[in-house]
Formats: sequence, structure tokens, C-alpha cells
Amino acid sequence: MTDISRTEPASRPFGDRFRDALPKLVLSPSVAMVAIFVYGFIAFTLYLSFSDSRVLPSYNLVGWKNYEFLFRIRAWDTAVTNLVIFGTLYIAICCALGLLLAILLDQKIRAEGFIRTVYLYPMALSFIVTGVAWKWFLDPGIGLEAVMRGWGWESFRFDWIKDSDMAIYTIVIAAVWQTSGFVMAMFLAGLRGIDGEILKAAQIDGASTFSLYRRIVIPQLRPAFMSAFVVLAHMAIKSYDLVVALTGGGPGNATEVPATFMYSYTFTRNQMGIGAASAVIMLMTIAAIIVPYLWSELREKK
Amino acid sequence: MATAPTSRFITAGTGDPTQPRAKGPRLSAHLPRVILYALLTLFCIYYLLPLYVMVANSLKPLSEITAGGMMALPDAWTLAPWQSAWSTAQIGVEATGLRPYFINSLVMVIPAVAISTILGALNGYVLTKWHFRGATLIFGLLLFGCFIPFQMVLIPMARMLGLMGLSGTVPGLIFVHLVYGIGFSTLYFRNYYAAFPTELVRAAQIDGAGFFRIFWRILLPSSGPIAVVCIIWQFTNIWNDFLFGASFADFDSQPMTVALNNLVNSSTGVKEYNVHFAGALMAAAPTLLVYIVAGRFFVRGLMAGSVKG
Amino acid sequence: MKMTNAFKATVAAAALVAGGAQAQEVEVLHWWTAGGEAAALNVLKEDLAGQDIGWQDMPVAGGGGTQAMTVLRARVTSGNAPTAVQMLGFDIQDWAQEGALANLNALAEENNWGEVIPDALQRFATYEDQWVAAPVNVHSTNWVWADASIMEELGLEQPQSWEEFVAALEAAKEAGYVALAHGGQAWQDATLFDAVLMATGGPEFYQKTMIDLDMEALGSDTMKQVFDRMATLRGFVDDNFSGRDWNLASAMVINDEAAFQMMGDWAKGEFLNAGQTPGEDFLCFRFPGTQDQVLFNSDQFAMFSQGEGVSDEQAALAEAILSPEFQIAFNKVKGSVPARTDLDVSELDACGQQGYAEYKAAAESGNLFGSMAHGHANPAAVKNAMYDVITAHFNGEYDAETAVQELQTAVEINAM
Repeated sequence: MTDISRTEPASRPFGDRFRDALPKLVLSPSVAMVAIFVYGFIAFTLYLSFSDSRVLPSYNLVGWKNYEFLFRIRAWDTAVTNLVIFGTLYIAICCALGLLLAILLDQKIRAEGFIRTVYLYPMALSFIVTGVAWKWFLDPGIGLEAVMRGWGWESFRFDWIKDSDMAIYTIVIAAVWQTSGFVMAMFLAGLRGIDGEILKAAQIDGASTFSLYRRIVIPQLRPAFMSAFVVLAHMAIKSYDLVVALTGGGPGNATEVPATFMYSYTFTRNQMGIGAASAVIMLMTIAAIIVPYLWSELREKK
Repeated sequence: MATAPTSRFITAGTGDPTQPRAKGPRLSAHLPRVILYALLTLFCIYYLLPLYVMVANSLKPLSEITAGGMMALPDAWTLAPWQSAWSTAQIGVEATGLRPYFINSLVMVIPAVAISTILGALNGYVLTKWHFRGATLIFGLLLFGCFIPFQMVLIPMARMLGLMGLSGTVPGLIFVHLVYGIGFSTLYFRNYYAAFPTELVRAAQIDGAGFFRIFWRILLPSSGPIAVVCIIWQFTNIWNDFLFGASFADFDSQPMTVALNNLVNSSTGVKEYNVHFAGALMAAAPTLLVYIVAGRFFVRGLMAGSVKG
Repeated sequence: MKMTNAFKATVAAAALVAGGAQAQEVEVLHWWTAGGEAAALNVLKEDLAGQDIGWQDMPVAGGGGTQAMTVLRARVTSGNAPTAVQMLGFDIQDWAQEGALANLNALAEENNWGEVIPDALQRFATYEDQWVAAPVNVHSTNWVWADASIMEELGLEQPQSWEEFVAALEAAKEAGYVALAHGGQAWQDATLFDAVLMATGGPEFYQKTMIDLDMEALGSDTMKQVFDRMATLRGFVDDNFSGRDWNLASAMVINDEAAFQMMGDWAKGEFLNAGQTPGEDFLCFRFPGTQDQVLFNSDQFAMFSQGEGVSDEQAALAEAILSPEFQIAFNKVKGSVPARTDLDVSELDACGQQGYAEYKAAAESGNLFGSMAHGHANPAAVKNAMYDVITAHFNGEYDAETAVQELQTAVEINAM
């Protein structure tokens, strides 16, 4: 990357120094905001996780007690396991489906604009809005199962949302519904950015369509995959509204995720210390995944 | 996310990415068009189903819903639920409907989106065109900020807003959205500007153009596509936010989502599902409109910016 | 215009902080947003308007008040506490402990609250001999709602004991109805549990296990029997119960699909709204075996201290809340009964009058108990830990024996 801000150093008048500092000045409010309101708050949460905070923050330190309690609570295990299942499936299915849809849409489709909008619109809705619709649709008594049976398919079964072992997958279905269109748009943009000449050359060389995609197109979509990953990972971790709207963490606590766990301990159960401890663990996990990724991505430019 | 070659940027910028390329891999040989369209239609149904449930139920009387016909089309069509949700439904002690809250949301969302987009653009500009030691690290730190769970920041944020004298005010709410939106808006603009030819900036600098002048005259005019992406993203997130709106707004600045939640989630009252769905669709209308109107530019913006290497 | 209002409010808040100047307004945080209850609250607003006191409405619905409590915490932390806040049971105590609530003793003495509010409610409305909250209503949770036509068809009488209830459920099930309409949400499971525990162990056992958190009683055979009975009830619930909202369960009874529902008195509103008449289309009676007991939860308004004790507006608000007119007007639409025990309730419907009479009788005879499921028996941490166990057992994850052990563990960890 060319660097134009570092011009020849010499003794310069104030105006010049101001001009040199200007870019940093422009950036500084954002940096200050993030330093205080993100990293400052992380530090604060870390402190709370070692305190005996209950209803409101308290500053009496109690050592590792909150963490000990946290790991004795069964629901926390469930929450972590669920996030792993949910996160993996959600990201994988969104990427696969997004890619498939992008490739299908890239075939000179009539009404592409309309179809694209249909695939994309769920992203515009919040789950406060769509939660009830999904809940009904998935409910065997009134939703898909009832409709299918009404049409004469008596043995049709779709009661995952009522099943402790399967309920987490219904969350995946709804979450995929919401964001896969967005991922599709990212891949579509990536596909449209690929140089047609390379493809033409490969086609002349006699490459089959399949291998064309596998060998040339998909590798070129790597940046799109990366962006999709950031967005999806961010959504998976923050999926709170979705779970609350769809299952409320049930049946039992079969669909508890760390975000709902943290909220419930911090705010409903008046155990702010344990809530903070779970937030810290959650952040460490996020950092363990995101930091290496960011590092590898940002390092390349050197 | 390395700087893309200039040539590719220009191709991307001038071609219309919403139109299919003339030359490209075709599945047609293996996949007849009929099957292709059938597949696409099938997915359309998947994406439209929840919308269907909401629209259909917002147009029927409550008795039809509680009688069990939740998936069926209305027998007796009615617009009453929509009228009720908009202007007469009970949200708080007064039966105001969602109307006043709609305006509250607009008053909050528009400045928040505008400021965070401008700030994101400036940040992206500095980070790519005025590179300095530690710039990458700063960008990484900004970006990591996107990942902190919002439930965690509620209490300390409330304290800070109180200290700044902004608690319970619209500017306070805008500020909160700004803080937690800055990571993504910077990401979009940074990646977009990374692909912008630095030579142009350098040339302008030699001609004596200053920091803001370069930004204003050279980068901004070509930022349309990424601005659309950033605006869509921020608008969606801020408009749909519930947690911050509920916690940091005052009685007369509560946003639409809080009102909708009050309408939908009343604990021990009669649940008028038809009114709920009508309200939900109203709450979703602005974001839907943005997607429909700007969707075309959205793909173009994504193509030119965030998904580039 | 909105902006101006927001601006004015900020100035007002700033003035309050700066000089303790009195703005003639109350800001009320509550979660009563459903048509009837919100309209009833409007009665209070009008009342205050008559005294030239403005009402700034701050409704935040969701999760039976949990959402509002989160908002409250943010507001208090930011130094912008609302004037008055709707609260339940232990939340009032927690906030009083933080020293955030204003002392209403002068008002209470003047209006003789000590006489007209039962001790069981005062347990929550007072903290260390100080009145900190004004009770609005009393909901009782141990009600059964029955479909009159199904009862008639099957020739069933109102069951008086657990055994009779099971027999009635059995009959309904055999006739092809859903015997018990129930929604599988933690608080609904717990509402059921409360009543079963009361019916099985009696008031003393309830006091020991749910309120005193006595380890021995929690681990007793009676507790195991309670869980066994929960499993029995599970057998009468349809397979589709998980996650169902309570009002959809009520709809099952309204639509003659299900014979019984066990739910608090707010369910009445659903029946009335569907055009049903108490005594004709549906019946209301206490959960069999708890005829003499009333399990309650009580909505109260706590006043947040504005620096120097109670402000005039707060006093006016608290007084208006406990005025007989408001107590009747509000509870008529809410389905609950007035918190005061000295009122003429002829305006309430049959179920309401019955409920009020039973509430007064229970208060007299010491049979009025806070409901665990609704946060009036033990603190939030314990309550939610109990929820976890009850729900896990009801969903078949634990057998009765494990459930008893888990219940003990839950109390051990959380009752600090």
C-alpha cells in the first residue's frame, strides 16, 4: 500500500503539522469511542465477573467463585453445545445455500431482480416481527404438519420444535431463512466480479462446467466467503431475538444459547456476577475464532 | 482484503453487476431451464412463507385465527386490524396505535444512519489513503468491536450516558447506535476505498488539494454503491434494534420496535394476533421498502466493495 | 414536536438533579400494554390529571415484566430513574435493599394501609418496616378453568380432590378430548407445580419448601410425590404442548377441544373476550385440594426516591392507586381482585366476586401464600433454578427421584 502521509520530514510550520495530523484527528473520535465503549466495557465486565454483583454492579471481589458456579450449571453446558451446533450448521448451510442460489441466479434468469429481492427481504425483518409467524409455521398443531395432514398426508411428521433433541435445528432453519439471501447477494456480487476472459480461456481448454466452478470460480470467491463468514459469525453469536421469539430457550432449556443464558443470569435472575463470567467466556471464545482470522486477513496486505 | 488491482476496480465500477455477464459458466448443459426455474420458485416459496402467514393473518378477523385457521387464507377479508394497529391499538395507557412511534423511529434512525455512514467513509478514507503505523491494528480493533454481545454493554453504557447527560434522549440513542455501528461502516468503506486507485489521490495531492478536498471531490463522488450497502446495513440494524431502544429511550422517544413489542408481548391480556401481524408488517415496511428500492444497487455495492479481496 | 418534548424532558430531568425542583409530572414504567389493562391504567392517569399532575407513559412489555426490569436497571444506572415502577414481589425487596425506593410511611399511616392490606402482601410492600410500594391488585394462580359443555356431556361434577380431578381428566381423555390444556413454558409448568404442591403437601409443606427453603422438606417423600403427580398430569396434556402460549391453551377450552386448563385468573379475560359467560360456558374453581388456599402474585407500584423522600406527585399517585374507585375500576378489567380487603365488589363478575371472597377468607385464616411460579415465594435466582428442574422433569429429562435431588442442588447453589 502506498503511503502518502509521510512526506519528507523537515522543520515545518504549524499549518503543515496540523495537516499531517489531520487524518489521525479525523480517525480519533472513532478510536476513542471504541476504546471506551468496547474495550473499556470489556474490562468492566471482566472486573464484574470476579465480583459479587447481584442486582446492580458491586465492587467486592470474590475470586473465581462466579466461574466455579458457572461450570456447575447444566444449562451453561447446553448453551455452549448449542452454540457450536447452531453456529457450525448455520454458517455452513448459509454459505452452501447462498452459493447455490447465486450460481442459479447467475444463469441469465428472467425476473432476476424480483427473485433476488424475494431472497433478500428476510434480512430486513427483525425476529420480533417474524418470530410468531415461524413459531406457528413450525408448530405441528397448526403449522406445516397440520396443513400436510389436512391435505391427506396422514403420516407426515414435523414436530422438531417440540422435541428437545431436534429443536435447535428449527432455529437453524429460521436463521438460515433470514440471512442466506444476504449471503447469496455477496456471492452473486463475487461471481459478477470474476473476469470473463479467464473463464472463456478455460472453456476453450475444454473444462467441464463442474470443474470450471470447482477449479476457477469458487476459489475466486474466497474474499466473498471471508466477508460472509464475518457477518454470519457475528449473527450466530448474537442470535438472541431469534431464540427468544421461536422457543424461548425450550423445550425445557434445550435451545438455550450463551446469549440467552447471559441475559437471563444478568437481568432476570439477578446474578450479574455469573452473567458477567459467562460473557467473559463467550468473548474469549469469539476472540479465539475471530482474532486469528482477522490477523491472517489483515496481515496479507503487507 | 488486499488491495485489488486497479483494472478490476474499473471493470467493477463501470459494468452493471445486476445484469448477468455475457460470458460465464452455464449450467444449462446439465440442468434444463425448467428444473432451474422450478428450483428458483421452490426457494421463493421458502422465503415467502412467513410473509404469507403474516399478511394472510393480518387480513382476517381474530375469531378465524383462534378457531385454528392459522395457515388458511381469510374467509372474511378485513382491513380493520391494519387500521387498529396504526391508529387505535393500545400501546400504553393511551390508545395511540403505532403511528407516533413510527415518527420517533424515523427521527432517531435518519441521523444515526447518516452520521455513521459519513464517519465510516472518513475512517475508511484515512485507513486506506493516509496509511500510518498501526492503522491495520486500529482497523482490527474497530472490527472486533462488532462482535461484542450487546446485552453485555447495557449497564456500563447506561452509566456513561448518565455521566454524559445524554440518558433518555434522542441524541443519546443516536450516539449508542453510532458507537456500535462504526465497526461495520468502517469495514465497508475501507474495503471499498482499498480498491480505489491511490494514484488519483496522490495526483490530487501534488496539485495541492487538502485532506477534505480530496475526500470530497475524488472519493465521495464514486462512493455511491458502497454507501448504499452501508446505509442498508445500518438502517436495518438500527431500525430493528429493540434492546437499546427500550433501555435508552425516554417515554416520548420510544422507537417502533419497542411499541411493537408492547403490542405483541403484552403478558396477560387478550392476544389480537391479526392486529399484531398488521403492526409487525408496518414496523417492517420501511426496511422492506429500502430493500426493494435499493436492492439492485445493493449487489452492485457489495460487488465493488466488501466482497473484494 | 417530539423533539421538543424530548428536550423539555431532558431539561426537566436536569433541573431535578440540579436543584430538586418539582416537575408536576410522574413517569411510570410498566408492562400493562394489553387493551383492557392499559385502558384501566388510563383511569389512574385521568385521576392524576384532575390534580394537575402529568403522566409520562413508559410501557415496556415482555416476559411478564422481565424486559421492564432490564430497562429499569439501565435507567437507574444512568441516573434517570422513573418516578414509579410496576414491580412484583422480590424485585421490590431487591430495590429497597439497594436504597433506591422512597419511604411511604406517612401516607400509609394517614390512609390506614396497615389495616386494609393483608400481611402476606405487606411482606412485599414494606422493607424494614417502611412502606415502599403501593399494591394494585392480587392475582391468584390456583384456578382451574373448565369447559362447561364437556363437563355436562361427560356428566362430571366439579372435582373436590386430587383423585376426583384425575378421574375427571381420565374421563375427558377417554372421550377423545385433550384433558388438560397446557402450554410448555417454564412459568406455566411452575404454575401447575405450585398448585400440585399445595394440594399434595398442604399449606405447611408449601411454607417449608417454597418460602423457607427447608432442605429436609425439599428432599422429602412428599416432594417426590409432588413430582409423581406432575408426571401424572403430563399424561393428560397433548403432545403438542411445548412452547404454547397460555392464551392458546385457553382457546382450546373455549373451542371445546380441551376440558380443563389450570391457569391464573387473568385467563378469564380470554374467555370473556370470546363471548363466553362464566357459569354457563365455562366454570372457574380452585385447583382441587386447594379450595381454602389462595396462591397469589401482586402487582405493586414502587416509588423511586427522588433525592428527598417522597415527592408530592408520588404521594398523589400512591394514594390514587389505593383509592377504592381505582382498585375496583382496574381489577374489573384486569381479572384480578383488589388488594384492599375492605371494598364492596358487587361490580365484579361472578368469578371475581368468588375470588375476592376467597382472598379475604384466606388472608384471615393464614392461607394466603405467595406463588413461587410468579416470584412471590422466593428470590428470582431460586425461582428460576426451580423452574429449570420443574421443566426438565415435566419434559421427561429427570425422573421424580432425580428431580428431588436437583431441586435441592438448585436451592443450595442459588439461595445465598
